[in-house]
Amino acid sequence: MMVNPADPALSSALADATERALQEAEIRLPPDVLAALRRAAAAERDEIARRELGNILENIALAAERQVPICQDTGVPVVYLTLPPDVPFSPALFDGVREGVQRATAAIPLRPNVVDPLTRENTGDNTGVGMPAVHVTPGERLTVTVLPKGAGSENVSRIGMLLPSQAGEIPRFVAETMLLAGGKPCPPVILGVGIGGTFDMAAALAKEALLLPVDTMDDYEQELCDAVNALGIGPMGLGGDTTALAVKVKRAGCHTASLPVAVNVQCWACRRATVEVKR
Amino acid sequence: MNLRTPLGAEVLDLRAGDTVTLSGTIYTARDEAHLRMMEEGIPFDPEGAVVYHCGPVVQDGRLVVAGPTTSARMNRLTGFLIDAGVRALVGKGGMGPEVVEQLRGRGVYLALTGGCAALAAARMRLSGVYFEDLGMAEAVWIIEADHLPLTVGIDAHGGDLFRAVREKAKTQFHQRFNINQDTVS
Repeated sequence: MMVNPADPALSSALADATERALQEAEIRLPPDVLAALRRAAAAERDEIARRELGNILENIALAAERQVPICQDTGVPVVYLTLPPDVPFSPALFDGVREGVQRATAAIPLRPNVVDPLTRENTGDNTGVGMPAVHVTPGERLTVTVLPKGAGSENVSRIGMLLPSQAGEIPRFVAETMLLAGGKPCPPVILGVGIGGTFDMAAALAKEALLLPVDTMDDYEQELCDAVNALGIGPMGLGGDTTALAVKVKRAGCHTASLPVAVNVQCWACRRATVEVKR
Repeated sequence: MNLRTPLGAEVLDLRAGDTVTLSGTIYTARDEAHLRMMEEGIPFDPEGAVVYHCGPVVQDGRLVVAGPTTSARMNRLTGFLIDAGVRALVGKGGMGPEVVEQLRGRGVYLALTGGCAALAAARMRLSGVYFEDLGMAEAVWIIEADHLPLTVGIDAHGGDLFRAVREKAKTQFHQRFNINQDTVS
């Protein structure tokens, strides 16, 4: 079925899906993240860290029971769309997502976090110039994925333009990011690492890596994760075995003279949800 | 140990790493509230009081969620509260060396698990507000707490669990990546 680019029905369906995805993401953690937290709590040897993880698990249960957001920093929405061949790339997509964010802000409710970067004036509905960020890729079905991103962890994220000869120093760069961050990003964290591409692409890859399931890691990801956990920062910076639940890596080809590396830090509340748009 | 407000000398016996629960009246305050209190005075009785670094979500007179915010933002704004008799600060992430010194012999910093906004709200009841014109996140909310689960982060003897963990992490990092301690910060 062909869809009219100005089709208000498409916008409205996308707004519904965006609102539902935000509702789901803010109140319930995805099963893979929840399982990683449970595994960490079972394996943790440090008594204080075990208590902190216990509080986190109790908090997750209470948020679901009370139907309230997991954290009072409900973040800024980052949105990923997959677009099937029969849906044209059009402003209707962006309008729909924006409306969904506005509705979710009032309904859930979410803390209005989006401000003008210079005047700091709050728009009150979590949208703004260029916000929410919407990333579109081709796909088989029309889906909306949301990743509400909190500031505590976003603020300690880093990008480095390493030399091509420094590929071996990436683990050090990743561990150093957490050494500098300490307890600030609300560990245990999940680290999204983007390697390669260009300056901007590495950062986008790092954030996309946070969409990957955290229940598996390849050898390289495991090596990075081990280096971070060896620091002993622990939940909330109070010490312990579990500083990172997982490290996920996404790569892209890059200039022979470049090695961009970005680390996007995510707190334990790795909130994400995907909803298929009904049309 | 369950602490009950107003707090007395019992907090001086606590050690960094101890677990406590806290019940009774507490007052939220973030950056703006601290600045206002410096100008206009503390609107509650500070003797034995507890200040909670928190910007809650409030709807229809009810706390929806109320987790701790980053305490370090208030590092330079805290001394006058402790001078006035405030016995405990509650927040996340710890505080700077100046606050560790200010607390010496007088009070403690208690860490609530970051992000646990639903857990905190489940053990709190809203009972009033000062400086409501500062807005939802910055107003001073009066809260009745019921057994908040806390870890002593900074004690009254100069003990600072956050600093101890940071120093260990730095040593571990330098060892693992063979960095000369003299050349790297």
